[in-house]
Amino acid sequence: MTVAVDIKNRLGDFSLEARFESAGRLTALFGPSGSGKTSLVNLIGGLLRPDQGRIAAEGRVFVDTQAGVFVPKHKRRIGYVFQEPRLFPHLNVRSNLSYGRWFTPKGERHDDMGRVVELLGIGHLLDRRPSHLSGGEKQRVAIGRALLASPRLLLMDEPLAALDDARKAEIMPYIERLRDETKTPIVYVTHSIAEVARLASDVVVMAGGKVAAHGPTAEIMQRLDLLSEEEIGEGGSVVDMTVSAHDESFGMSVLHSAAGEVRVSGLGTPVGASVRVRIRARDVIIATERPRGLSALNILSGKIASISSGNGTLADVLIDCSGQIILARITRQSCHALALEPGKPVFAVVKTVSFDRANTMSGVKPG
Amino acid sequence: MEWLDLSPEEWNAVRLSIKVATWAMVASLPPGLLIALLLARGKFWGKSIVNGIVHLPLILPPVVTGYLLLLTFGRRGPAGAFLAEHFGIVFSFRWTGAALACAIMGFPLMVRAIRLSIEAVDRRLEAAAGTLGANPIWVFLTITLPLTLPGVIAGMILSFAKAMGEFGATITFVSNIPGETQTLPSAIYTFTQVPGGDAGALRLTLVSIVISMAALIASEALSRRLGRRMDLE
Repeated sequence: MTVAVDIKNRLGDFSLEARFESAGRLTALFGPSGSGKTSLVNLIGGLLRPDQGRIAAEGRVFVDTQAGVFVPKHKRRIGYVFQEPRLFPHLNVRSNLSYGRWFTPKGERHDDMGRVVELLGIGHLLDRRPSHLSGGEKQRVAIGRALLASPRLLLMDEPLAALDDARKAEIMPYIERLRDETKTPIVYVTHSIAEVARLASDVVVMAGGKVAAHGPTAEIMQRLDLLSEEEIGEGGSVVDMTVSAHDESFGMSVLHSAAGEVRVSGLGTPVGASVRVRIRARDVIIATERPRGLSALNILSGKIASISSGNGTLADVLIDCSGQIILARITRQSCHALALEPGKPVFAVVKTVSFDRANTMSGVKPG
Repeated sequence: MEWLDLSPEEWNAVRLSIKVATWAMVASLPPGLLIALLLARGKFWGKSIVNGIVHLPLILPPVVTGYLLLLTFGRRGPAGAFLAEHFGIVFSFRWTGAALACAIMGFPLMVRAIRLSIEAVDRRLEAAAGTLGANPIWVFLTITLPLTLPGVIAGMILSFAKAMGEFGATITFVSNIPGETQTLPSAIYTFTQVPGGDAGALRLTLVSIVISMAALIASEALSRRLGRRMDLE
C-alpha cells in the first residue's frame, strides 16, 4: 500500500469526501479544477487538517482523527512539488537543493546530490540564483529539492500547469525517469488527460469533491463517462507495447502487443524498449470483415466484449483483441447497421496511434 | 574655519547622543522583532490593544511620554523602584534613562518597518520549507528572517535616527545634565537659550545633519546589497 485515504473535510461551501487506496508507482489525482484534487494532496502533505478521517502512506499513519493523530508536515518526510516552483530567493540553486537534507536523519538520506542533479540535468545551474532560471529550470530544481529531502512519498501538484507546451515537453521525461528510476512513489495532481495517459500507473478520478473512480490507468482511460465534454475525444485505450523492429525503407517502427502488431512512423527508441501508446476511442473504426484497399495500416482483430450506449447518438464498444481491450466510439446507427453485439468477431481499424510525445517507459535517457 | 571646532562639552554631547541612540536601537531590536512578528502573524484577543499601545508614543506629545516614564521608571515609580532595588538599574537622570526614552519613542517606527516586511514574506515559501522538514523555528530562522532582513535594517535605522533627534521625552524624563543626559538636541536647545550660543547651536546642527545623512546612506547601501543578493522573483 502506498497511499490510503479516507477523509471528510469541509472548507467553506466546499465539501470533500474521499476514500481510496493506491499502490501505484505514480498515482494521478485527475479531475477538473474545483474537483478537490489540490485539497486532497494538501491533506496528504499536512498543509490542511481534515475534519475527520484517516490518511496513511508507506505504512505510516499521518492523520487519524479518531485516534487523535496528526503528524505535522515537517515530520511527514513527504516531498512536495507545487504548481509554482517556490524556490527560496535568498539561496542559490545548490543551497535550495540541499535545504531539505539538513532536516533528514543521516541514515535516511537515500538520494545523493550528484545523482539527482544528473537525473534532472541541472548541473550547470548550481551556482545561480533562482531569479536567473527559466520556468522549466526552476521547476526541475524544485523537483530536485523535494527529492533530496529523501521523501517517503512525493506529491506533485500540477507541476506542469504553469508552463508552456515546450517547457512541459522538457520536464515530462524527467518525471518519467523519477517514476521508473527512483524508489519513491508519486502522487501526481493533474487535469490533463495527456499527462495521465503518459505518466500514471494508477488514476483516482475526482469530481465535485468526491472520488468518481479509481484503478489502473488503462482501465480508467476506457471509461469515457468519467471525462468532461471537452476531454471526451481524448479518451480511449492505453496500451503498453514493445518496439520489435524498425523498418528503415519506409521510416516506420513496428510495435508488438497482445492485440497484435502496430506500425507507426519511426520512433527514436531502440528495439526492445517499451512504449505506452494511447488509442483514442474516436480514432477507431469497426469493420465486420477484414477491410481491403484501405490506407490505414493498423487493423486488429478481436471480439466485441461489450457495448454501452445511452439515449444519445453514440455508443462505446469494447473490443477484446486477444486479451487487450480496445475502445471504439461509434454512432448508435452504425452499431445497429452492422448488427454489433457482444461475442461478434470484428476488426478494429486504428486511424491514429498517439504517443503523447515520444514516450519512453524505461531505460532510455530523455533527449 | 575655527568656529567649526567643537568644544569638549560639545564633543561630549555628540558622543553621548551616539551612545544613547546605539543602545536604544540595539536594546529595542529583540522586543521589536517579537512584537512585529506577533502583530504580523499572531491571532489573539486584544491584538488591536497591543497595536495601540505600541503606537502610543507616536501619537502622544513626547512630553507626556516622558512624564509617564518619570512616573513609572523614576526612583519612586513602581518599575523604577523595583529595578533599582533588585537589579541596581537606575534610569532617572542617567544616560540609561535617555536610552530608554529614545527606545520607547523609536519603538513604533521599528515595529512598523519590521511588521510590514514580515507581512510581505510569501507564506507559500514557508509552507515549502515545512514540507522539506524544517520545524516552525527553523522556518523562521532560515526563510522568514533572511527575507525580512531589509525591513529589519530599515527599522533599526529609523529607530537610530529617531533616537538621535529625540528631545521632549528625554528632557522630561532625565532632564538636561551635561555629560550625563545632555544629548545633541538638548545641547542645541541649551545653546539657543543663552546669549551668544548661536555658533555652538549651528555647529551641533551640522553634526546632526552629517550623522543622520551617514546613517541614511549606510542603510540605503546595505539594503541595495541585500536586494541584489535576493533578487525577489
